Amino acid sequence: MNNNENNIILFSNDELKNIEDIKSHYPDSKSALLPVLWIVQEKYGWISEDSMKCVGDLLDIPYEHILGVVTFYTMFNSKPIGKVHLQICTNVSCMIKGGRELFKYVSDKLGVKNKETTSDGMFTIEEVECLGSCESAPMMQVNNKEFYENLTKEKIDKLLEELHKKNI
Amino acid sequence: MKIILKDIPDLQKLDIYESNGGYSTLKKALKDMSPDDIINEVKASNLRGRGGACFPTGLKWTFMPKVTEKPKYLCCNGDESEPGSFKDREIFEKNPHQFIEGTLLSCYAMGIKTAYVYIRGEYYKWINLLQKAIDDAYKKGYIGKNILGTNFSTDIYIHRGAGAYICGEESALMNSIEGKRGYPRVKPPFPATYGLWGNPTTINNIETLANIPEIIKNGHEWFLKIGEPKHPGTLLFGVSGHINKPGVYELETGTPLMTIINDYCGGMIDGKEIKMVIPGGSSMPPLTKEEALTIKMDDASLKAIGSAIGTAGVIVMNEDTDIVKVLERISQFYYHESCGQCTPCREGTGWLMRILKRINNGEGRIEDLDLLTDVSQNIEGNTICALGDAAAWPVKWTVKKFRDEFEKKIKKESVSLPVKNKVHSLR
Ligand SMILES: Cc1cc2nc3c(=O)[nH]c(=O)nc-3n(C[C@H](O)[C@H](O)[C@H](O)COP(=O)(O)O)c2cc1C
Ligand code: FES
Repeated sequence: MNNNENNIILFSNDELKNIEDIKSHYPDSKSALLPVLWIVQEKYGWISEDSMKCVGDLLDIPYEHILGVVTFYTMFNSKPIGKVHLQICTNVSCMIKGGRELFKYVSDKLGVKNKETTSDGMFTIEEVECLGSCESAPMMQVNNKEFYENLTKEKIDKLLEELHKKNI
Repeated sequence: MKIILKDIPDLQKLDIYESNGGYSTLKKALKDMSPDDIINEVKASNLRGRGGACFPTGLKWTFMPKVTEKPKYLCCNGDESEPGSFKDREIFEKNPHQFIEGTLLSCYAMGIKTAYVYIRGEYYKWINLLQKAIDDAYKKGYIGKNILGTNFSTDIYIHRGAGAYICGEESALMNSIEGKRGYPRVKPPFPATYGLWGNPTTINNIETLANIPEIIKNGHEWFLKIGEPKHPGTLLFGVSGHINKPGVYELETGTPLMTIINDYCGGMIDGKEIKMVIPGGSSMPPLTKEEALTIKMDDASLKAIGSAIGTAGVIVMNEDTDIVKVLERISQFYYHESCGQCTPCREGTGWLMRILKRINNGEGRIEDLDLLTDVSQNIEGNTICALGDAAAWPVKWTVKKFRDEFEKKIKKESVSLPVKNKVHSLR
């Protein structure tokens, strides 16, 4: 590991201002950790060791604590992932409406297994727990943001094509 | 009867909410009611928490110290991660201001100056929808300093989770707000004495809080007349599974399950028979078809048959469903989500999952059924939070109520074993 954590410019001035505002929401600035980690992940796609150290300096939190937090929460990526993160729900309501078959279909189509990334770095697939959208099962989330609902193989085919085009 | 998801188009917009009487209850309460008046009204209304445990809301509020040097906090629980539950997001989307008004009234009642809304990280869209509503309400002076020209001030902030079912448990939720891993705390001390940063804190579910404005506006007697008197009001039933029209339906407590399925959800897909229904999120003991046909959906009715209303997230499964596979998936979830602090939960959840896996793989033994019951009973009640119970209940009760499904699987699989094993199994 290079000794360069203090040199990294992790945040823009606007982001630093935003972080100051977030800190003011809490009596203890350490509580801003989750929101700040979200800013890092949304910007870089994952949270590196250097980023964690930099956030630690900013909020006065030891690196080990941050590592513990990042690895505890499943939505934080402590390793780089593909540009498009397909998070397919296979919990009960989705499972009984074909969620598992859907996952297998995507897995076979892209030639990767759970939590793996395609060789072109485009897609990472992940089997996830209930996303609170059981009424539209089977469904998936993409990049921790959009929900795609009532999925079928045809819809998936089209969607993967679109996502591929958009992110190339 | 609808209290929250009213049939008013665009109610999520502040001006529409206002023109339908929105924030007038807050205005009136700040002028004419003391904080104790509000607590007493909520207590008399018998409102019970909608987060899963049905705890009386007014009583919970009285646990908060009245005189204290310390700051007090409200946590609004929108973690909504119990499989089968998707009702709180409907409030963020369709009527966020009623939730905000309820939060403000609650803060006024308990002397709270800061409320955090904890929302699961996956609800990105709904976090933005609520943030918009909060911003609008700030601009109009409903939130912030000297609300509506009074000396009552409260801030409301959203805290985004990052993927952890356990953070819906109230003490884990507080640790998560404090920027820590979401580990549940040992209780006592309870949140009302030692909560966020060691200060008095109350935790309420989003739907619970969204009920408050209408209770204060119309009075407790009005509320007590809706649904079952012992569990009054409406519930936001989130119905999923093998039905024609899945969705969120706001109905009075005590509505028969079959009314929900047939009259609101358009019946079963392809007219199939029901095999099993989970009444309130995946941790609630399941119902058999016979039970489903007659059950009324409220706390007492479900408790009488050994289940509970939970989050009112109803999962309906038809005759073709492989119950053992469903239970294995449920156990996989609780194993994945156990925070690992308590040995019975950390070890037991994995054990349950592995036994179920081997039954599904055709390697089950008839003794496994007693073992499943035994392991789940040894988790139940032996952990610092209720995740252990949540993992144990579905296993214990599914084995009890659907034992033949498991036996069929264990026996059938052994019959189809290769010949040499068959001979062995005949001994
Ligand atoms: C493992 C676990 C997960 C929970 N998840 C939630 C949740 O997502 N939302 C919620 O409101 N309550 C959840 N609860 C219940 C909370 O601990 C708490 O009782 C509730 O938020 C109180 O609100 P209420 O009294 O208004 O129901 C959970 C409890 C446990 C043990
Ligand atoms: S089970 Fe898939 S969203 Fe709930």
